[in-house]
Amino acid sequence: MNGRKGSSGGRGRTGGQGGQQGKDGQRRPMFRRRKVCKFCADKIDDINYKDVKLLMPFVPERAKILPRRISGTCAMHQRKLRTAIMRARQLALIPYTAE
Amino acid sequence: MATRYELVYVVSPEATEAQVTELHTQVEQIAERLKGKIEKTENWGRRKLAYEIGPHKEGTYVIETIDGGGELMKEIDRRLKVSDLIIRHLVVRIDEEQQVIDRTRGKRTENMRRRRVARGLPPDRQPGEGQRGETEDDDRFDMNEVER
Repeated sequence: MNGRKGSSGGRGRTGGQGGQQGKDGQRRPMFRRRKVCKFCADKIDDINYKDVKLLMPFVPERAKILPRRISGTCAMHQRKLRTAIMRARQLALIPYTAE
Repeated sequence: MATRYELVYVVSPEATEAQVTELHTQVEQIAERLKGKIEKTENWGRRKLAYEIGPHKEGTYVIETIDGGGELMKEIDRRLKVSDLIIRHLVVRIDEEQQVIDRTRGKRTENMRRRRVARGLPPDRQPGEGQRGETEDDDRFDMNEVER
């Protein structure tokens, strides 16, 4: 139950904290790393459908678009990401489904 | 202001290089006829497709940036649909998006400069001034991070 989804998503850094024991052996509240929108943090303005390298982390194995709740992308960038992925799919740069 | 479009088409892998250039000249001719202009052409060469399209597993990608009206793009779209050699194509309008991108970029640098000046620094980042974000960790306690 200790936050298994802790540091999922496109973020590179992973958190090593959490689950520290308090002095008196009491359970401390778990910290969950705050997710930050990759595009806001890295200041990527242009989410282009031709940039497959940028899009690939957002379409995991099953080739579905990674939801915001997991990747932490902000609403505006998720919207742009979605159009970019859909365009890239039309051109067979990104799969629709995994075989 | 002229509208700018981006055209990407995927040519069948069986097509020879001469056929690919011929397609390009065809597009160029249509553009010329309808008072458009090809700004830039990019050839990605042969690439593996993410999924099979009919019998094809590979394709040659060609990207053209075209200035011109909607009528021109309609005509090009129609012609590409008919062509047997082309397995996929996409036309996207890019001038508006580019404007938005430029505006946000401009705003960001402007803000950065203003803030730097307010802090008594020269407006542009000096060489050797590293980004701190990487080493410093934002681990401030925040109610949202508590697991209940």
